[in-house]
Amino acid sequence: MNYHDLTIAQASQLLAKGELSSVELTKAMLERVAATEERVHAYITLTPELALEQAANADKMRAQGQAGPLTGVPAGVKDVLCTRGVATTCASRMLQNFTPPYSATLVRKLEAAGMVMLGKHNMDEFAMGSSTENSAFGPTSNPWDLRAVPGGSSGGSAASVAARSCFYAIGTDTGGSIRQPASHCGVVGLKPTYGRVSRLGLVAFASSLDQAGPITRSVADAATVLQVIAGHDPADSTSAPRPVPDYAAALRRGVKGLRLGVPKEYFVAGMDPQVEDAVRAAIATLEGLGAQVRPISLPHAEYSLAVYYIIAPAECSSNLARYDGVKYGLSIRPEGADLLEMYTATRSQGFGKEVIRRIMLGTYVLSAGYYDAYYNKASQVRTLLIEDFAAAFKEVDAIVTPVAPTPAFDKGQMTDDPMQMYLSDIFTLSCNLAGLPGMSLPCGFAQSGRPIGLQLMAPHFAEETLLAVGQAFQEATDFHARLAAI
Amino acid sequence: MKISAEEVAQVAALARLKLDEAMTTMLTEQMNDILGYMDKLGELDTSGVPATNHALTLTGAMRPDQIAPSLARDEALANAPRGNGESFVVPRVI
Repeated sequence: MNYHDLTIAQASQLLAKGELSSVELTKAMLERVAATEERVHAYITLTPELALEQAANADKMRAQGQAGPLTGVPAGVKDVLCTRGVATTCASRMLQNFTPPYSATLVRKLEAAGMVMLGKHNMDEFAMGSSTENSAFGPTSNPWDLRAVPGGSSGGSAASVAARSCFYAIGTDTGGSIRQPASHCGVVGLKPTYGRVSRLGLVAFASSLDQAGPITRSVADAATVLQVIAGHDPADSTSAPRPVPDYAAALRRGVKGLRLGVPKEYFVAGMDPQVEDAVRAAIATLEGLGAQVRPISLPHAEYSLAVYYIIAPAECSSNLARYDGVKYGLSIRPEGADLLEMYTATRSQGFGKEVIRRIMLGTYVLSAGYYDAYYNKASQVRTLLIEDFAAAFKEVDAIVTPVAPTPAFDKGQMTDDPMQMYLSDIFTLSCNLAGLPGMSLPCGFAQSGRPIGLQLMAPHFAEETLLAVGQAFQEATDFHARLAAI
Repeated sequence: MKISAEEVAQVAALARLKLDEAMTTMLTEQMNDILGYMDKLGELDTSGVPATNHALTLTGAMRPDQIAPSLARDEALANAPRGNGESFVVPRVI
């Protein structure tokens, strides 16, 4: 048996039955990582010693009857989440030598649940990008086709789950960075409601949009991970003080009678017809399972890209002002330099091109004379987008759309054309602007063999609806069960 | 709105970035492309529409005014590019 091909649920069952120890499973996964990394490059930092230590602890927890479904199951964490004592680079030269003195709340929750961390996953620098080509440590490849990008910015996380070099990963999603790479890599990505999962210890890109969530091979596995990481964190002022429901129970809900809205604005000219066909077929499958499918309209959807690429860079330019060469990270201090020269030298050499582009855009749209025309205007249109969703959710329980207009594109294809690259996020951004939960799950394959994803969105804190719909779809289809030949 | 190379250089100075000539030229072109796309927001009449800065209206997150442990000084300084065991060290400013 190839242990690495198992889902969390299957691996956990073997551990529970005592047919396998976590140490054995972890050793098998470390071998799998070694066998795939040269081709995929899903990890920035590997932590084999820590993983084996955590696996031994997990075996002890199990022997003492304290095991849960994640205990002893090896995982990877996007390198934007702080891990005490383990380098957290954000795929940037700026943080190449940064070792956080604390762990993100969600990492601590996973550790308490018996996580085994194999390492930190590759990503676009500071989570800015749609292809994981903007990593200071080199790009990740898509396990379905090594010439293709895995998507971004959680590309290392999605590629690792698809390559089965971890059982689950934690990604982050600011404008689609969990859902879009999950779609391109043929796995499940769940972006929870803003505030559902603590953001403490998540290195900030755009604070009103960033949210962490699971990337897994099945919807049921996503529910298992969400159950552990969700919940109020008094140390995070943006965390929602709401109880966490039983997500496993939601999986049994089914879709019968659920009203699914299909927004006409999400099927646009220029979209790959293979994507449209796969998504429409998936919607028909859900209808066949008893869902009521209705056409809806989100009239301001076409403005979401412009709104996002004002708000996200604005917040990024403010958040990344902390990288000044004083407190942590890279510090370049030319001979005789004053403070300002030190800041400028550090930032100019530490940040990559995409990060500089976004800081520049953000600084511009916030600057005197342009604030009203750009930032304030975008914040007003954000209100209109939110109102569109609120109106739609009076009519439907969930919204069904494509994740991206095309399957994964080739590496290098869009690196010189940022506007074209930004357009690849067009279907995922509005979910973040409105703070909604969204999920991506595999629903087909292009002729090239590259996966296609289906996106589901639901009202705030209605992750249960996403899980119910996703589970019903996965019980009726086998797209999620197909494995990349790597 | 069109942005000139001089304005790009001015924005870079505000952002504490130094751009070489090639980067300034490239960014001027790309920012004009991107900002041109954003101008489509001007099509919408938003007079009277309130701005959203946060998607969820969470009521003020208050916690008791109590002293609690925080990072120890040596931990806070552990990643400092230059420190003296007590403080971060920066070039003289006075």
